[in-house]
Amino acid sequence: MSWAGKILRVNLTAGTVAVEPLNMTWAKQYLGSRGLATKYLVEEIDAKVDPLSVDNKIIWATGPLTGTMASTGGRYTVVTKGPLTGAIACSNSGGYWGAELKMAGWDMVIFEGKSAKPVYLYINDDVAELRDASALWGQSVWATEEALKKQHQDPLLRISSIGLAGENQVLYAAVVNDLHRAAGRSGVGAVMGSKNLKAIAVRGTKGVGNIANPKEFMKVTFEKKKILAENAVTGQGLPTYGTQVLMNVINEIGALPTRNHRDSQFEGAKDISAEAMATPRESDGKKQLVTNQACFGCTIACGRISKIDQTHFSVVNKPQYWGATGGLEYEAAWALGAANGVNDLEALQYANTICNEQGMDPISFGATVGAVMELYEMGVLTQEQIGIASPFGSAQALCELADLTAQGKGFGKEIALGSKRLCAKYGHPELSMSVKGQEFPAYDGRGIQGMGLTYATSNRGACHLRSYTVSSEVLGIPVKTDPLVAEGKPELVMAFQDATAAFDSAGICIFTSFAWGLADVQPQVAAACGEEFTLENLALIGERVWNMERDFNNRAGFTAADDTLPPRLLNEAVKTGPAKGLVSKLPEMLPKYYEIRGWDAGGQLKPETRAKLGL
Amino acid sequence: MQKSLHINPEKCTGCLQCEMACSYENYGVYAPAKSRIKVFDFHHTGRKVPYTCTQCDEAWCLHACPVEAITVDKATGAKVVNETTCVGCKVCTISCPFGTVNYVQETGKVQKCDLCGGDPACATACPTGAITYIDANWTGLNKMQAWADKLGNQAA
Repeated sequence: MSWAGKILRVNLTAGTVAVEPLNMTWAKQYLGSRGLATKYLVEEIDAKVDPLSVDNKIIWATGPLTGTMASTGGRYTVVTKGPLTGAIACSNSGGYWGAELKMAGWDMVIFEGKSAKPVYLYINDDVAELRDASALWGQSVWATEEALKKQHQDPLLRISSIGLAGENQVLYAAVVNDLHRAAGRSGVGAVMGSKNLKAIAVRGTKGVGNIANPKEFMKVTFEKKKILAENAVTGQGLPTYGTQVLMNVINEIGALPTRNHRDSQFEGAKDISAEAMATPRESDGKKQLVTNQACFGCTIACGRISKIDQTHFSVVNKPQYWGATGGLEYEAAWALGAANGVNDLEALQYANTICNEQGMDPISFGATVGAVMELYEMGVLTQEQIGIASPFGSAQALCELADLTAQGKGFGKEIALGSKRLCAKYGHPELSMSVKGQEFPAYDGRGIQGMGLTYATSNRGACHLRSYTVSSEVLGIPVKTDPLVAEGKPELVMAFQDATAAFDSAGICIFTSFAWGLADVQPQVAAACGEEFTLENLALIGERVWNMERDFNNRAGFTAADDTLPPRLLNEAVKTGPAKGLVSKLPEMLPKYYEIRGWDAGGQLKPETRAKLGL
Repeated sequence: MQKSLHINPEKCTGCLQCEMACSYENYGVYAPAKSRIKVFDFHHTGRKVPYTCTQCDEAWCLHACPVEAITVDKATGAKVVNETTCVGCKVCTISCPFGTVNYVQETGKVQKCDLCGGDPACATACPTGAITYIDANWTGLNKMQAWADKLGNQAA
């Protein structure tokens, strides 16, 4: 119930589209979206497969709450083996596309093989066909959306596609839908590009009606929306300021990584904050922020819609960028700004816009530019090599490198490799601020100790969305813990990891967790899917999903040695602020974490753990 | 007291809870494609605008219908399509200046907003107050108050 019960299997090599029933045994064990798509992937591919080879598969998946009136029930997940990390890649996105796929009557679409020429998948309810995308190849995400809507005479078509970055196989290329919502991380867009798959265009008119207990579902989702509305974070902070509400907060606690993690506080934080976005500019008297925007079904509406300053150097003579478009979220503002020491809010908006237009993860892109700037300041990289002087703080370099990387030109081809490969190539692997090849997001693991453990153990490489202990350590949700200590963090991280896996697998947004616990999600899932989804069962599903991902990574060749942080975080103490003098206490936390996970010292699942989780 | 749906686009976030509530009320499914209220997203300006029938007093659709399938609900003032009478000729869809009555292929009839019999599901579902159901004579009250505040409520 609440699942559509059908999936599409597309063989790109053969050019065929087949319909399969959803494996309901797995749906009950892995729920949907992240969990269920990962189950399909790990069953169907060899963990050691080259992510950009024909043998990798890539799956677009919705959850049982996707396309319903549950708040934020519009999410979908793209699951594959990631080219940036070589680990499981699982990126989720909002916007409207996920709900549209579900409403067309499909839980997921599995792509296998590789097309000989560029194609897109067109879905109109029961109709699902591969079509020629030769004319779309070389086009941006925005141009692709416009062209497909025009071609199909359907302004309501929803499109999930790649831009130039995905075509060029930038290792952190994103899949973008609805112009500026992205399945952003781990290079899922590069896998799409490697298969010559340009887009999935969907129109779903059937709707979602297969709810187990519809009256109860309407009642309980209404009650839970009320909790979101009355909560200070989800009811006020996020709709008003977006995730950018965090910029000044994280800077003040001394956990805002700055200049490739050399520093942990940024003197320009206020210039790139939510408050700055909402302050009229000197140049034109207008605010950068135009309005907020919700994704499908979302009653929080944290999304930003912004307008760049038309007189800014980055957009002079480029009127295509003068309209309202996706604005800066906190992670992007940090990665494009603080991580590079750039405090020019308009430059950040420009680079962010290029990331949306051409489908590129702004976190990994921005953090890689940070590494390039450090190498430049050390004299390892020169202006001749890069093509532009690239000291920390250069807004010109940031904008230029965004263009070059998205278009696959010049030094952009090297930035496209991500910081791990780039730093190794130039003899300084220690300067890549990454775990398992994926760049850190916007929280210093020394000043927020739980995030250090979060990054080290994240199944998709460094990521904040796998266990956002910032909630507890900084915001006090659900309980306040001390960000500077290691004690209790293994338990905290594990609890967040498992709960997040359950939220993600349901098809809702993790931002609801500022106001909802798993106990608030459970009655919604139970009303939609059936009474067997008790709180205990959902918690177990979360833990099962986490361990399944881990087990895949182990089989892919990762070991305990990969659950680590760059030497800068382990050896170089924070210089200023409340965390001054601290390094990451990872060595203290990791053994305890393995123990409570039921893993051996090598990070492998113990037999009893497998037995408990049915793996 | 007759009430009207009142729409304030400035408060709309584009979440489509209203469209899902509408389709659920009328068809028992969550399907914006079947909704009688539509939210338009003008992405170049960032504006989201919900739009549906305004229940005209001298309704073009009602007058145009050759089989008198559209009648007035006396309690709510809604112009309601009687599906058993409607022949699907679509003349009402041509006559409506606002495009808010539309043909439904699956049923061979037209559909339009009927105010859910006096308790519009869209207004109940709207999380931001962009869609409200208020006294038909005073849809301008909030706007008047805002301007009165701006023009006449300065501190002495």
